[in-house]
Amino acid sequence: MTGLFARQHLLAIAPLTRQEIESLLDLGAEYVDLNRQVSKKRDTLRGRTLINLFFEPSTRTQSSFELAGKRLGADTMNMSVNQSSLKKGETLIDTATTLNAMRPDIIVIRHQDSGAVALLADKVSCSVVNAGDGAHEHPTQALLDALTIRRRLGKIEGLTVAICGDVLHSRVARSNVHLLTKLGARVRLVAPRTLMPSGAATWGAEVFHDMREGIKGADIVMMLRVQMERMTGAFLPSQREYFHFYGLDREKLALAKPGALVMHPGPMNRGVEIDSAIADDIDRSLIHEQVEMGVAARMAVLDALSRQLPNAERKQ
Amino acid sequence: MKRTAFINARLIDPATNLDAPGGLLVEGGKIADVGPRLFNDSRPANADVIDCAGQVLGPGLIDLRVFTGEPGAEHRETLASAGESAAAGGVTSFAMMPVTDPVIDDAALVDFIKRRAAANAKVNVYPCAALTQGLEGALMAEIGLLQEAGAVAFTDADRTIASTLIMRRCLTYAANYDALVIAHAEDPALAAVGHMNEGAFAARMGLGGIPAAAEAIIVERDMRLVELTGARYHLGQVSTAAALEVIAKAKARGLPVTCAVSAHHLVLNEQDVGEYKTFAKVSPALRTEDDRKAMVEGVRSGTIDAIVSSHDPQAPETKRLPFAQAAYGAVGLETLLPAALSAHHEAGVSLIDVLRRLSLAPANLLRLPAGRLTKGAPADLIVFDPGAPRKIDPSEFRSRSKNSPFKGRLMQGRVSRTMVAGTTVFQAT
Repeated sequence: MTGLFARQHLLAIAPLTRQEIESLLDLGAEYVDLNRQVSKKRDTLRGRTLINLFFEPSTRTQSSFELAGKRLGADTMNMSVNQSSLKKGETLIDTATTLNAMRPDIIVIRHQDSGAVALLADKVSCSVVNAGDGAHEHPTQALLDALTIRRRLGKIEGLTVAICGDVLHSRVARSNVHLLTKLGARVRLVAPRTLMPSGAATWGAEVFHDMREGIKGADIVMMLRVQMERMTGAFLPSQREYFHFYGLDREKLALAKPGALVMHPGPMNRGVEIDSAIADDIDRSLIHEQVEMGVAARMAVLDALSRQLPNAERKQ
Repeated sequence: MKRTAFINARLIDPATNLDAPGGLLVEGGKIADVGPRLFNDSRPANADVIDCAGQVLGPGLIDLRVFTGEPGAEHRETLASAGESAAAGGVTSFAMMPVTDPVIDDAALVDFIKRRAAANAKVNVYPCAALTQGLEGALMAEIGLLQEAGAVAFTDADRTIASTLIMRRCLTYAANYDALVIAHAEDPALAAVGHMNEGAFAARMGLGGIPAAAEAIIVERDMRLVELTGARYHLGQVSTAAALEVIAKAKARGLPVTCAVSAHHLVLNEQDVGEYKTFAKVSPALRTEDDRKAMVEGVRSGTIDAIVSSHDPQAPETKRLPFAQAAYGAVGLETLLPAALSAHHEAGVSLIDVLRRLSLAPANLLRLPAGRLTKGAPADLIVFDPGAPRKIDPSEFRSRSKNSPFKGRLMQGRVSRTMVAGTTVFQAT
């Protein structure tokens, strides 16, 4: 199944083909089934070392990767920046080469600067997974979102997905636009002009500034997190104004397709970008399912990458 | 239903380029009929008849720039006294600057102004809201909520946003709601050290000067930002030929840009500061005679869209001071029409074009149905004698403040009747 995905690293969705994406999703679907069994353990990565290198704090992505690694039998180690020698002035590349000397097999990296993960990938001999770099890409989030949609609706082709919120600063939005358009969905981007990057209209998505227009008839409404510090006057005047015009409440959701599903990459700001009543609505909200799919999607990525490692055992 | 018929009028309607004798019928607060032949052959039935005796009947004036003192400085002006002053000046609607205490940067205050004005002011009051919180030029105001509450435009009034980044974001965000931004153009650092126009006169007086370039620098910057953001931009007051040229070029490039001139800058120049007359201390400063002439030409050509009073009531304690310490600002509601008419009497700008800059153009900017003599439009009307001579006597002003730089000046143009929504709110005695 994964014969199509033959890369050393997973740094971005943009360069992937539809076939590569679909093979990762197919593999992810298998892991969803495994994760629902009592015994979730495989030995796919037995003997392998996985390092989670997080320069930016994260709870769910880091624990999701850690669990994915452990379920596949890898030795996993978490490193976050405040424990590392980066605090002592070591350069980013020195940190990478030091870690590389410890002979890990896969390093999962999150960094606040766009392009930083690709820079590190160049300096190491193992596989690298981008767990989010600046406002550039977050490929495993897009994979888990796609896996979630595919399992619930059976397909992605032909769906209308409205991605709403802080598109300007969002790596989740960028990875999702790439992935969903490659798989044949119609993607809309919805944001106030101060949070919409210039040139977004060239991404292959339709750009909206009025949320009511933007979510009209959508199958999926994907909300993005808006950081609190953006809502004090620099990009947005206030939380209450943001919620009034761009927060997902029942009234706005009623404009989407009947039964439209709601997603959020988390962590949510309840009452700011999403009404609690919607976030907790089990008929409409896929938010918890996204977390479950996250582990499976990451297992699929780690598995696929491990098959490309220089000394990998060839499997059927 | 109450009906009022105006007969024997010289109808001037900039919306239809009409300047002809005729009549007009008001019914239920709206214009029910209008035309050159109306009431020629028959007397209107069941209506109060107003014989205009050949005077001009036109749309009421719409003033885009009025400061009041309510809330916070009611001794200078209340909404009621501003309404009286406006009615006497032929102004049937005005946009109110958010420079109050507290500043109008919250939807609840927009609502407060609208309610207070509806109850106490004789004319239509349209609140503008602050573009940045507290007029501090740092954090953007709640443009969306303020607009929903009824704010017609967003402005920091007499302050320029110093940071290009913040101005950019404000314009971008305003464009999100298709909101009108009214800007002030004076480079804050250059303006901080001056009190009047920079030049030989200021030098001789020993007063710090504000160079004309302080205006052009900001207008140049803002035109680039308009191009970047697509926001609707209105320069609240232009005062220099240099800045007007920048505006003209931006308009030629099709940018959504408009501008206004204050009546003071159409009539007065820096020499009118005379012996440190603080009533002539206005922001932007009165400029050179060449600049003043350029403003008149701008009104003629239409590069200047609107003429405003820039009515800014100040009390003796803020004006009876050394020039450098005195506050900026001059009252203007009751001199707006005669001052604007000087462009007609002295420079030959057509009467209909002067009236256009005072009614139709500002109405269109604020997207109001008023400002035109059209069936169904609100019956906001004035009757005036454009040639009537008068000597300006601020003691006769309805405004609570008397800080007029036109005191004692001989001007032409007298309002004889002002009507708002079909009700006469001012009649000359």
